[in-house]
Amino acid sequence: MFKQTTAVTLLNLRSIPQRWGMSLATVLSIALVVGVLLGFMAMASGFRATVDGAGSDDVAIMLRGGAMAEMNSNVSRDEVRLLEAAPGIAAGAQGDPLISSELYVVADALRRTTGTRSNLALRGLGLHGPELRPQFSLVEGRMFEPGAAELVVGASVQREFEGFSLGETVRLGPNEWTVVGIFSTGGSVFDSEIWTDLGVVQNLYQRGSGVQTVRARLTSPDDIEVLREHVGNEPRLNLEVLTERDYFARSAGGTVTLIEWAGWPLAILMAIGALAGAWNAMYASVDARTRELATLRAIGFGGFPAFIAAMVEAIVLAFLGGLVGAGATWLLFDGVSASTLGSGFTQIVFAFAVTPGAAVQGVILAVIVGVLGGFVPAIRAARIPLLAVHAD
Amino acid sequence: MNATSPLYELKDLSKRYTRGKETVTIFDALDMTISAGDFIAIMGPSGSGKTTLLNLLGGIDRPSSGEVHFEGQRIDNLSQGKLAKWRAAHAGFIFQFYNLMPTLSAAQNVELPLLLTRLSGKARKDRVKTALDIVGMGDRARHRPGQLSGGQQQRVAIARAIVADPKVLLADEPTGDLDRSTADEILETLQLLNAEMGKTIIMVTHDPAAASHAKRELHLNKGRFEEKGKA
Ligand SMILES: Nc1ncnc2c1ncn2[C@@H]1O[C@H](COP(=O)(O)OP(=O)(O)OP(=O)(O)O)[C@@H](O)[C@H]1O
Ligand SMILES: [Mg+2]
Repeated sequence: MFKQTTAVTLLNLRSIPQRWGMSLATVLSIALVVGVLLGFMAMASGFRATVDGAGSDDVAIMLRGGAMAEMNSNVSRDEVRLLEAAPGIAAGAQGDPLISSELYVVADALRRTTGTRSNLALRGLGLHGPELRPQFSLVEGRMFEPGAAELVVGASVQREFEGFSLGETVRLGPNEWTVVGIFSTGGSVFDSEIWTDLGVVQNLYQRGSGVQTVRARLTSPDDIEVLREHVGNEPRLNLEVLTERDYFARSAGGTVTLIEWAGWPLAILMAIGALAGAWNAMYASVDARTRELATLRAIGFGGFPAFIAAMVEAIVLAFLGGLVGAGATWLLFDGVSASTLGSGFTQIVFAFAVTPGAAVQGVILAVIVGVLGGFVPAIRAARIPLLAVHAD
Repeated sequence: MNATSPLYELKDLSKRYTRGKETVTIFDALDMTISAGDFIAIMGPSGSGKTTLLNLLGGIDRPSSGEVHFEGQRIDNLSQGKLAKWRAAHAGFIFQFYNLMPTLSAAQNVELPLLLTRLSGKARKDRVKTALDIVGMGDRARHRPGQLSGGQQQRVAIARAIVADPKVLLADEPTGDLDRSTADEILETLQLLNAEMGKTIIMVTHDPAAASHAKRELHLNKGRFEEKGKA
C-alpha cells in the first residue's frame, strides 16, 4: 500500500508542471491570503513592540482623573508642587525629586515619503525629562537650553520628516526653532517626538503655568502603590497615577487589537476565496488525470492512494503558497517603517515586524486551505469509475 | 487445471443499461467459454457491445445478471478490493490510446503493475527489462511516452500488460490508432506472446486484417456471437 501510495503521489506531483497555470494560480492566491494576514500581524506586532518599548515600570505618569490621554489632561502648578514632595519618588544627583512636568502640543511638518504635512508631537519637558526615558541618548548635538527656542529631535522624526537636520531652523506654527540635537530612545514612541524646554512651550503656546502630565521615577516599581495611595488620600490632588507601561498599554491596546481584528477577518474572507480557487484547481487536476487514474485502478491500484496523492498535491501547493506569502511579506515589510496616529493625533513611527510565530501561523492557515480545498476533489479522485479507462 | 478446461466461462450473462425510461439490452443470456491459450478477435458493428464484453472479462465492469468464471473462480461478484487484486494478478490491459502515464519513462510505466507485488526493487528492474526486451523496446527504457511514436507507445503498453505475467491479455482496438505496417508489427508481437508465452489474448477490432492474426474470429451482433472460420 505504501509503495502504491508513494508511486501515485509522485506521479501526481510530477504532473503538476503540465497544469502549471492552475497550480500557479492556486499557489499565488494562497500566498496572497497569507501575505495579507502576515501584513496585518506584522503591523500589530511592530506597533506593540514600539509601544511596549516606551513604557517603563518604574516611571509613574500622573494625569487628570478621567483624562484618557495626555492631550485631555491638565495638572496645575499647585498640584505639581504637592507631587514634588510625594513619597515613592526617587531623588536625583542633587537630592531633588526625579520629576518632569510635561506639556505636549501638536505641530506639523512635511513627510519625506508622501510630501504631505503630518502631525508631530512637540513636547515640553522638565529638566529630568530625558532621564525618565530609559534608553535615552543624544545621537548628535546637545540638549536644549532652558528658556531657548531650541529643539532636540527624535531619530524617527529626523528620518521621516523634512527639515530637522542638526543646526537647521524650523518653523512650527508661528515660531522659529533651532535644531540643536538628535536623540534616540531605542525605537520607542518617543523617537517620534520633538522635545524642548517646558517653559518655552508654555510661553509660546500661551498655556500659562499649567502642564498636562507629570512623570516621576519611582524608587522601585512597587512604590507605584505608595504614590497612588498618597495621591488618593490627598484631597487637593484629583489625579490618576499609572505606571508608564500601563498608560501605554491602555492607549496602544486599542490600536493593536484593532489591527489584529481587522487582519483576521479579512484574511479569513480571502482564505475562503483561495479555498474556492484551490478546490477548483484540484478538481481540474483530477479531471485532467481521469484516464490515468482509471488506468491505475484497472491495473489493480486502490482508490486510497489516489485520495492521498490528491491531498498531498493540494497540501504541497498550499504549503508553497504559504512559504511564498510569508517570504514575500518578510522581504517587503519586515523592518519597513510605518506610522499611525498615536494617541493625541500625532504620528507614531514604528517598524513592521514579521515574527516567526506569525509566519508559522500564516503557513498553517495556508495548509488548512489546502486540506479543505483538496478534500472533495481527492475523494473524487478515489472514486473515478474504472470505465473511464476508455475516456478520451 | 488441464489443457481442455476453459479459462473463462460466461454463464447466462446479461448487460442492460437504463436510459431514462428506456432499457437497452446489450447482451441477454449469453453463454460462452474461452480456452486457455486461445487468441480471439472480437468483431462487430459499433455499439454492439465489444468493449462492454471486454470490460466484463477484465473485471472492470459487472454484468446485470449472470456469472463470469475465471479458472473456475467466480469473479463478477468479488468485492471491489478482491477484484482489483484479481486484475493485478491475472489480467493485462491494452488500450487503443495506450494509456501510458505521460510523466513516467517507459521503464517506470512498465514497472507500475509490479508495485502491487512483493518483488524487490532489483527483481522489479529485471522484470521490466525483460518485458521491454520482449516487445523490442529495451533501448527506449528512459524515454517518455511523448518521445515515442504511437507504435512504440503501444509496445510499452504491451510490456506493461505482460510484466506481471498475467494469463490473459485484453486488448481493445490495440491497432486502431496505428498505420498498417505498424499495426502488423504490433499484431505479430501479440501472436508471439500467444504462441511462445501461452498468453490467452482477447482482442476487439474493427479491422478484418487485424482480426486475421487471431486464431478465432467472433462476430458480435445484436447480443449474439457467430463464429467465422479463418479466411
Ligand atoms: N455507461 C453507459 N451507459 C449507457 N449506455 C452505455 C454505457 N456504456 C456503453 N453503453 C452502450 O452500450 C452499447 C455498447 O457499447 P460498447 O462500447 O460496448 O460498444 P462497442 O461495440 O465497443 O462499440 P465501438 O465499436 O464503437 O467501440 C452502446 O450502445 C453504448 O451506447
Ligand atoms: Mg468499443
